[in-house]
Amino acid sequence: MTPRTPMRLVRARPEPPFTVTFDDREIAVLPGQTIAAALWSVGVMSWRTTRGSGERRGVFCGIGVCFDCLLTVNGRPNQRACLVRAEPGDVIRTQEGTGHHD
Amino acid sequence: MTDDRRGTVEPRGTTDRPGLAVIGAGPAGLAAALAAAARGVQVTLVDAAPEAGGQFYRRPAAGLGARHPRALHHQWRTWERLRDGLAAHIEAGRVTHLTDHHVWCVERESGVLVVHALLGPEQEEPVVVRADAVVLATGGYEKVLPFPGWTLPGVVTAGGAQAMLKGGLVLPGRTAVVAGTGPLLMPVAVGLAAAGAKVAALVESADPRAFVRHARVLAAHPGKVAEGALYAAGLARHRIGVHVRHAVVEAHGTDRLEAVTVAALDTDGRVRDGSEWRVPCDSLAVGHGMLPHTDLAETLGCRLDGVNVAVDDEQRTDVPGVWAAGETTGIGGAVLSLAEGRIAGLSVAARLDSRAPEPSSYARPANTRAGLREFFAAVDNVCTPPAGWAERIGDDTLVCRCEEVPASAVREAVDELGAGDVRTVKLLTRAGMGWCQGRMCGPAVAGLAGCPTTPSRRPFARPVPLGVLAREPGESP
Repeated sequence: MTPRTPMRLVRARPEPPFTVTFDDREIAVLPGQTIAAALWSVGVMSWRTTRGSGERRGVFCGIGVCFDCLLTVNGRPNQRACLVRAEPGDVIRTQEGTGHHD
Repeated sequence: MTDDRRGTVEPRGTTDRPGLAVIGAGPAGLAAALAAAARGVQVTLVDAAPEAGGQFYRRPAAGLGARHPRALHHQWRTWERLRDGLAAHIEAGRVTHLTDHHVWCVERESGVLVVHALLGPEQEEPVVVRADAVVLATGGYEKVLPFPGWTLPGVVTAGGAQAMLKGGLVLPGRTAVVAGTGPLLMPVAVGLAAAGAKVAALVESADPRAFVRHARVLAAHPGKVAEGALYAAGLARHRIGVHVRHAVVEAHGTDRLEAVTVAALDTDGRVRDGSEWRVPCDSLAVGHGMLPHTDLAETLGCRLDGVNVAVDDEQRTDVPGVWAAGETTGIGGAVLSLAEGRIAGLSVAARLDSRAPEPSSYARPANTRAGLREFFAAVDNVCTPPAGWAERIGDDTLVCRCEEVPASAVREAVDELGAGDVRTVKLLTRAGMGWCQGRMCGPAVAGLAGCPTTPSRRPFARPVPLGVLAREPGESP
């Protein structure tokens, strides 16, 4: 039996993927996915360390309210991965602390 | 019978200066926009998302080519009606839909409502919309109470897991536990399982038998009971183990979630010692109910009733020209939001004509509203977090995720420094001072301080660049 997946559930026929880099690693993204969705789909669950204890964080609320999923996109820190849609060629980086001194 | 007067009246408002600005394009906002536009009101619909639908009708982006998006949804026919209605009004020029517009403030200036937004996703470019009336349909967000390990990657809100699935077609992991309390948990568990996750357990702290106290209310809502039965069938089909009167008391892992501890609750709702067992999982979708977004209403000076925006029979707030509908006036789901939005839209159309709406024109949605408010009051009564949850938060457990404030600091502020409310705790500990402005930690801080959750009186609904604030009034745009 073919395993269930979200894509199969909605009978998705996505447009061709494009690439972005996440911490210098190339990852394929389906058009329309947020950065958070793109990272989840390759098994990356955290992309920020807190500025106090350096804890790893990723998506929490998923709808732009909690600001836990912040990362750096094309040099701009503090972007909410759950809201920002990935664009071809995006350079995405883990955000350390405030993201202003890396 | 239709009471639409489409095309028969002069529009109230123009594209430049709409009669009505609706903030939020979820069920409440869409219903309000459609009802008002159908009665000749020029409407501008302002929404933060790239597409209409709100959280409830969040759909995969077009590029994902979902040919069967309804597999992730309930009440899809209703969505099709809303979607087609919106498209028709946009086509006819009666509704302008501003997507990716993040509203941070609405103010009243000599009788005109001025809506300030930032254009997304960067949220730096300011946009201003002026209107004679505003409907606030800003929805709600999920409440999560802290427990050890709740900041681990892999722990997400139940609604967040659902949003990521509906919008991005992705799962938080292979093996999920869904936990907390409230009506959202069942659809989230069934949705994750249908999409291929193994849902190891659904852990609900409420005791469904408590609904017996509300038997009359349940009997009055056979549709809601049927909906529950439908989800129950889904849980059985996917062989999801349901543990009622249980709670997840700890999440384990180092850099990401590896397991959770589940415990039974006794008849008082307290954790039964020795009942704990461990469930391996790589994701936990957790939620303890929802809270309304009320920032815009608060800045406008609208009266609140507890945490909800207070409205009258016509969904009017006590500020002239300002209506509110949907979750922002009290959590109650999509059907209630649709009814409230429709009433608000009808009322706006009449009031902009300087007349009162005929009560008969909104008798049906008013009836729906009365019933569902009663139903969700019962749900609220039954779906409560475990008793003594605040005492159980470990001293080193973070309460404020943004500012990394542990429970010990909040306890010290309360017990030793005499803080008795959320605001004082914030000033003493920084809990609530970070990026989310206390939206996540507010209920926990209130629980630890032993006071009710209160609205936070935030001047702006979202972070605003200083350059936008520094701009002189009247300066473009």
